[in-house]
Amino acid sequence: MQAKTNILNLPTQEFVHPGTRACTGCGLAIAYRVGLKALGKDTILIVPPSCLTVLQGLFPVASTKLPCLNVTFASSAAAATGILAALKTLGNDHTTVAAWAGDGGTSDIGLQALSGAAERGDNFIYFCYDNEGYMNTGVQRSGTTPIGAVTANTPFKGKLQQKKDVPAIMAAHHLSYVAACSAAYPLDLYDKIKNCLHLPGTKYFHIHIPCPPGWGYDPRYGIKIGRLAVETGYYDLYEIVNGEFRLTAASEKLMEKRKLIPVREYFRSQSRFKILTDAQIDDIQKQIDDKWAGYYGKDE
Amino acid sequence: MHIIENGNVAAALGVRLCRAGVIAAYPITPQTPLTERLSEYVESGDMKAEYIPVESEHSALAVCIAASSAGARTFTATSANGLLYMHEQVQWASGARLPIVMCVVNRAVGAPWNVWNDQQDSISQRDTGWIQIYCCDHQQIIDTVIKAFWLAEKVSIPIMVCYDGYILSHTYMPFDVPDQEKVDAFLPPFKPEYALDPDQPANLNTVTLPDVRVDVHGELAHGYMEIRYLLQEDLRTTLKAAAEAEQRFAQHFGRGGDPFIEPYRCADADFVAVGMGSITYQLRVCVDALRKEGIRVGVMGVRYYRPFPDEAIAGALKGKQGVIVFEKALSYGYEGALASDLKSALYEHLAPTGSLPTVQNLIAGIGGREIRTEDLTQTLRAAIHERISKEPHWIGLKL
Repeated sequence: MQAKTNILNLPTQEFVHPGTRACTGCGLAIAYRVGLKALGKDTILIVPPSCLTVLQGLFPVASTKLPCLNVTFASSAAAATGILAALKTLGNDHTTVAAWAGDGGTSDIGLQALSGAAERGDNFIYFCYDNEGYMNTGVQRSGTTPIGAVTANTPFKGKLQQKKDVPAIMAAHHLSYVAACSAAYPLDLYDKIKNCLHLPGTKYFHIHIPCPPGWGYDPRYGIKIGRLAVETGYYDLYEIVNGEFRLTAASEKLMEKRKLIPVREYFRSQSRFKILTDAQIDDIQKQIDDKWAGYYGKDE
Repeated sequence: MHIIENGNVAAALGVRLCRAGVIAAYPITPQTPLTERLSEYVESGDMKAEYIPVESEHSALAVCIAASSAGARTFTATSANGLLYMHEQVQWASGARLPIVMCVVNRAVGAPWNVWNDQQDSISQRDTGWIQIYCCDHQQIIDTVIKAFWLAEKVSIPIMVCYDGYILSHTYMPFDVPDQEKVDAFLPPFKPEYALDPDQPANLNTVTLPDVRVDVHGELAHGYMEIRYLLQEDLRTTLKAAAEAEQRFAQHFGRGGDPFIEPYRCADADFVAVGMGSITYQLRVCVDALRKEGIRVGVMGVRYYRPFPDEAIAGALKGKQGVIVFEKALSYGYEGALASDLKSALYEHLAPTGSLPTVQNLIAGIGGREIRTEDLTQTLRAAIHERISKEPHWIGLKL
């Protein structure tokens, strides 16, 4: 395992200009800024319509200092394939290709293209920044919206279905690298990107992104809420390297502590979960406890 | 070198001669033999290219869009519902001004399912900002593919090379395959004005506002409307570039003609049958038969459908009594799209002369319905003799 990056030795070179169009307190702004530091200058980006399209600025202004191809909603991963193929024919074997798509663009409309590229083993990094809904279009439910979340099109009952486990779907493609990260743990994201750059084929990153307008909390609490998701054991930080699963960062520490903060605290921190009853929360708590019992069991 | 092969192979040979760097395709009948052949060229090392077997047509064009944006010469091919599935990407490719060449092996669209030939697939993509060229035989297919790469890269607009499924794609004909050196002389390597490059970062196809906006250098940058206006303007001036392509091709390969239309026995004709694709060569047989009966009739094939060569078409039809437009597609709810466009061109260019030919619209071969030459001749004869009462008239309809 490589040395862990800390805030003192994180590279100071920036690839995102200050003053983006992201909302105040946007988790994506953190993940994107730190993620690009890890990817480095020799990178070509692909972005489908999403919050990132807005963050990147309106023509002729661009907030990213890397070349970026904006593509149609469903085609991010296929576009990565296209850029890789072009670079190969042009004799370029050094440039990193990275797609940054939202959870709708990944778990719903973009899943076919992503599965296709992953199955072909195309050598690029795919980032799904998961703010758990179609936030850019005004907070509608997506495949990764969690159960119980009120959105603009699940207005009264909240979402009735489970969150789609996209990292598991991607792991089923036998990828060299799958990671689950959080904007609240940007250095974990940084190290994971660095660790996987040399690995072959498609690398998949799932990044939990607290979203003040979509989740309903005071923008200053974004990191706190992102951390609560991890410390309650609700959202786990891990990596799967060539099929080997390993919890990382704060989730790894939870293995030592063996004590999770009650998930109720996470749910009560955001207005989107206001309709969740105590019984429903107890039910989810049980699912979390069962999941972690599994982790502990593997450890023993 | 002259060979006898099918139309799909003619297209594949053209793509190989043009040294396309990235080919992406998803199988659909009747396009499959074309892309299978290309995968053989690439796997055997006969062609130095990346062949991407994508999981959908939407991704096929996504790969081409991205590869072209990164500086590679790209090719794809499809048919029918594959083209319809691409539709969003079709618009994107022209909006992004990428010189992609795509063969459309024309086939009927569902529902209901039908794998046979008509031209509803490419006609339904008329308004997407692509150049559309229709081929009548295998020589035209291979030559058009070669010309298409040159023209697309000249004007930065993607091109559909359309040819009839089965009738051309799966039939065998003799045709000349140009020498590689000659094609290399005709078509220089692709050098885009800008390709995605970490040393020169740019954010391509980003959100563009309704109005113009000053950039960081104080210069006025286009609004969305200006960008779209330029696509239209450049498509119209493409007609000139297409003429240049034809002329250059003739200089290099010693064959070619009018780039836009293919008139046959039209000079002294009172009536002209008009169509696109293989039906126009079948109509030549009808015209020869009717000429023997003393009927002065010719046939004109329309090769460029977009940009529409309105001037050339109106010029060729000036002074004619009647025009009979044969189509394998419809703008449902009205009539054949070619008939509408042709009437518009005649009105624009000939109304001031005070002499407008009558225009009749005949629909044939929908969903692969056999077009028998006798039926075609009989219908053409009838349309010349007396105006058909109900239009568009469907030839061979059995209701």
